[in-house]
Amino acid sequence: MSTLHTVNKSPFDRGSLASALAHALPGDAILLIEDGVVGARAAAQKTADLVQAAMPACSLYVLGPDLAARGIPVTDVVGGMTVVDYAGFVDLVAGHDRTQAWL
Amino acid sequence: MSDTKRFLYVNRKAPHGTVYALESLEVVLIGAAFEQDVSLAFLDDGVFQLIKKQVTTGIGVKNFAPTYRALGDYDVKKVFVERESLEERGLSEDDLMAITHENDDEEDVSSVEIVDRARMAEIMAAQDVILSF
Repeated sequence: MSTLHTVNKSPFDRGSLASALAHALPGDAILLIEDGVVGARAAAQKTADLVQAAMPACSLYVLGPDLAARGIPVTDVVGGMTVVDYAGFVDLVAGHDRTQAWL
Repeated sequence: MSDTKRFLYVNRKAPHGTVYALESLEVVLIGAAFEQDVSLAFLDDGVFQLIKKQVTTGIGVKNFAPTYRALGDYDVKKVFVERESLEERGLSEDDLMAITHENDDEEDVSSVEIVDRARMAEIMAAQDVILSF
């Protein structure tokens, strides 16, 4: 019984990512999409630490097309995160019992 | 009824600045007609939705806050408010409006339960469907 949490807002703009991570249980997955992908950059110390602290209890994913659209190379992503495409997004939704969108 | 599902409406935004809070409340009231197992969660800035004595005349929008008091009449009896979200904002349970429902003895009892973050996470994990606002 696990949950997929999606985060679509930048952690520099809102507390959605922090709140999602604070409510995620071990075994849950967190997927960063839209402006949420800004939180996947390893060079941004504060948000990278936040994301890293959630692993390995939770699995962290980021949507590749949203990274590319924002000019963020996959090589800039925090180590341990998995980059997925839209098909991977669908697999994540199908693979969890529920999806919670942290708007 | 075997096809009853557990629905949680998650409210994380302050009222009036955006339409999320009002839309959530309307969906809850409409959804109540479908006789599902409904809970409401208020966390982060969503706790401001339940503050007493909201006065919206000065900003020219309808004050929908009194409508929360109707939830009991729609058989919505579970309103969870996160303790840490209140505390971070300098708020306490005393700042929240009364939301009640009738129990089996026809007494008005509070629908509001203050829960800590860990309990809120468990409540979320126990749902079939989560609708976010």
